Amino acid sequence: MQDIVKTFPGVRANDHVTFEVRAGEVHALLGENGAGKTTLMNTLYGLYQPDSGAIYLGGKRVRIRSPRDAIAHGIGMVHQHFKLVYPHTVAENVALGLSGAPFIGPARVVERRLRELAARYNLPVDPKAKVWQLSAGEQQRVEILKALYRGADILILDEPTSVLTPQETQELFKVLERMKEEGHAVIFISHKLDEVMEVADRVTVMRRGKVVGTKAISEVDKPTLARMMVGREVVFRLSKGVCQPGEEALIVEDLHASSDRGLPALRGVSFHVCRGEILGIAGVAGNGQRELVEVLTGLRRPRRGRVVILGRELTGQSPRKIADCGVAHIPEERIRMGIVAGMSVEDNLILKKHHRQPFSRGPLLNLREIRRFAKQSIEEYEIMTPSPKTPAKLLSGGNIQKLILARELSGQPGLVIAAHPTYGLDVGATELIRKLLLRQREAGVGVLLVSEDLEEIMALSDRIAVMFRGEIMGIVPAAEASLEELGLMMAGERRAKEAA
Amino acid sequence: MRRLGPLAFERRLTPSRPAVLGVSLLAILAALGTMSIIFAAYGVPPLRAYAVIIKGTLGTRFGLMEVLRRTIPLLLCGVGLVLAFRSKFWNIGAEGQLLAGAVAAAGVALFTDLPPPLLLPAMFGAGFLAGAIWGMVPALLKVRLGVNDVISTLMLNYVMIYIVEWLIHGPWKGPTMRGFAYTDTFPRAAWLPLIPRSMVHWPTLAVGVGAAILVALLLSRTRLGYELRVSGESPDAAHYAGISFLKVSLVVMFLSGGLAGLAGVGEVAGIHHKLLPPIQISLGYGYTAIIVAWLARGSPLAAVVTALLFGFIFAAGDEMKVTLQMPFQVVGVFSGLILFFLIGVELLMYWRVRFLPKGEGWTGKAGS
Repeated sequence: MQDIVKTFPGVRANDHVTFEVRAGEVHALLGENGAGKTTLMNTLYGLYQPDSGAIYLGGKRVRIRSPRDAIAHGIGMVHQHFKLVYPHTVAENVALGLSGAPFIGPARVVERRLRELAARYNLPVDPKAKVWQLSAGEQQRVEILKALYRGADILILDEPTSVLTPQETQELFKVLERMKEEGHAVIFISHKLDEVMEVADRVTVMRRGKVVGTKAISEVDKPTLARMMVGREVVFRLSKGVCQPGEEALIVEDLHASSDRGLPALRGVSFHVCRGEILGIAGVAGNGQRELVEVLTGLRRPRRGRVVILGRELTGQSPRKIADCGVAHIPEERIRMGIVAGMSVEDNLILKKHHRQPFSRGPLLNLREIRRFAKQSIEEYEIMTPSPKTPAKLLSGGNIQKLILARELSGQPGLVIAAHPTYGLDVGATELIRKLLLRQREAGVGVLLVSEDLEEIMALSDRIAVMFRGEIMGIVPAAEASLEELGLMMAGERRAKEAA
Repeated sequence: MRRLGPLAFERRLTPSRPAVLGVSLLAILAALGTMSIIFAAYGVPPLRAYAVIIKGTLGTRFGLMEVLRRTIPLLLCGVGLVLAFRSKFWNIGAEGQLLAGAVAAAGVALFTDLPPPLLLPAMFGAGFLAGAIWGMVPALLKVRLGVNDVISTLMLNYVMIYIVEWLIHGPWKGPTMRGFAYTDTFPRAAWLPLIPRSMVHWPTLAVGVGAAILVALLLSRTRLGYELRVSGESPDAAHYAGISFLKVSLVVMFLSGGLAGLAGVGEVAGIHHKLLPPIQISLGYGYTAIIVAWLARGSPLAAVVTALLFGFIFAAGDEMKVTLQMPFQVVGVFSGLILFFLIGVELLMYWRVRFLPKGEGWTGKAGS
């Protein structure tokens, strides 16, 4: 790929990017969220047309106008969010859109070759299984098989490990080794340094739409890569005081709840969080974490169980009642739920508190107080915004999150529930937000931290609970926790000895 | 960014105020241009047609008064719809809510023995309530049962049209009307005062302008207005913030329906002085008000301007009928064209067009 330029409204996602990958190598594309990695690969896969620049395959210039073109040229892509038809079987999914598949019973023809491929690359999947019954790791295998079936010589994997347990990740890496031996080229998009060091032969680092450099993995180490990625030195360890747990800020007893589809999502969850302590909830996405947070904040009704927050029985109360009792909620979907995208920064800063003193006096809003609070918050939390009147949707992800924290942490909460607080943020904002959470802990606030990022959980938590299929597999003190043990629990193995 | 010859098109996330204004004007001009073809098809030279219309409406006192008379119901319905649309409640039922207000006003005027000074206020009160209740029915249906608001508000228009027809043909049919499907004429005390030598019932006009100001204040200065804006912009954020969707929807439709009801009171108490067939009470004001509200883009004060614009179009329709012998339905065609172009050019607001000769690079700074 030569000199690729791609511009989106207000952002140049790819700025004269040149990137090459050789047959028989795993080439990592490393960069922070928003660095332009996915844009570049979507261009290669024909989802985007570059504004300028050219793509060469085997020395010949090609134009890739659509994913169909890309597949014809032997390029396959496994997206971060799988593109599978859930009620269909594995074989049907592979047959979908396959050129040359027979009109009647395409899946049957596919099945045999699928078994061959699965054996050759060590990707065990039952072709007759329905996709919705498969785990995330198995679904990913289906996506890889889909690409291999179509004769992909170049396989693009977009953040493939984000949905996997550590053990599943190891298995994926073995598959990648196997593909390398078969002469495929694998492009591995990631922002996780450890994985890149482990699996890649060469690495290309991107920052703000530009390529910082391409290196053989033997020439670099982790700190070097981090510096290339962020543009400055990065501290890997956060300084953290000794935990001094106080009384219980949150007690959850035998909580049951259903998912949106009416299936059991929480099955008897019990734990507690003390003041001055951070309890991390780890687990692969979709194991009930979302429902747990929703029940605790009043957005979802529990079917059974008890929630006591700051000494008050609040099971099944309204979101407003719970918020008014001193619960701060940093929601998972910050743009859809955490802010009102079309409204100003100022208006967004009083959301949830707009109905109380000092922002409201009777039925009227106190505009002067709202303005003062906005000015103060923007200064204190360093929210980069042209003005308090700017629509919140024009802010960057990090600044939106700072806005939400400024709002939620104002007025001294007693319990903070943070769901994926740093997901998708750049390193600077991530550091700041982690520091703010630690500062809450130091101030004697109970913090419940839900995250898929194990590194984050390990760095911040005092105790770690692991969720699997709506249950808590075990709770371990962070100091004793090992990645292996957490990984086993994430895959559904219950901890032998239940720790407090 | 895309290029077309020397022009560069660049997307933007929030349209600037001049862009909104310019694009809206462009839509109106395009509609006027297309109208020329219709004039020509009727054998009227377009320029002469426009000259006649302008002279007949803005050129005489009578014409100006006619514009104002048509503006009144459009303004009241339009302000109510702005409020509903701001909370993303798609109220297509202003026509029915207007008729509900007319019915309630007629009921009070004909069948109560209130002392004269109380009669008109009671009519306005009853008209507001009737419109409000008619508006809250779809709100309840939407929140409790998930019934689509567009369908339910639209269908309730027809229900109300037939209620009016039934009343004037049946129980309320006036004995003094010699077989016509009208009610009796209201007592004098139930007639609204007019600006002399015109049909402008000024109290309703004052109420309309007052409503626009009050709704603007409600939206920007009150807790309720804030909750309403949040619900409209992002239902998920509203839920997260503990804002009750039921309460907001009911209040919005109470006010929106009520304002349309007031428009109905004005029409029967100011102009007709009786209840008559629905198509004579309202010339589709409730429907045209949708365009008034859309063009006002969420601002109740802008609705004053857009209501005047459509008041002008209605008055122009009368002029076309009398002087140019064209059917009055041309008004519908014209309003339709404006809405059509308005929605059609919407996309343009989100693109910035710049002149960029060949060979020159893109020089905007990233991230701005």
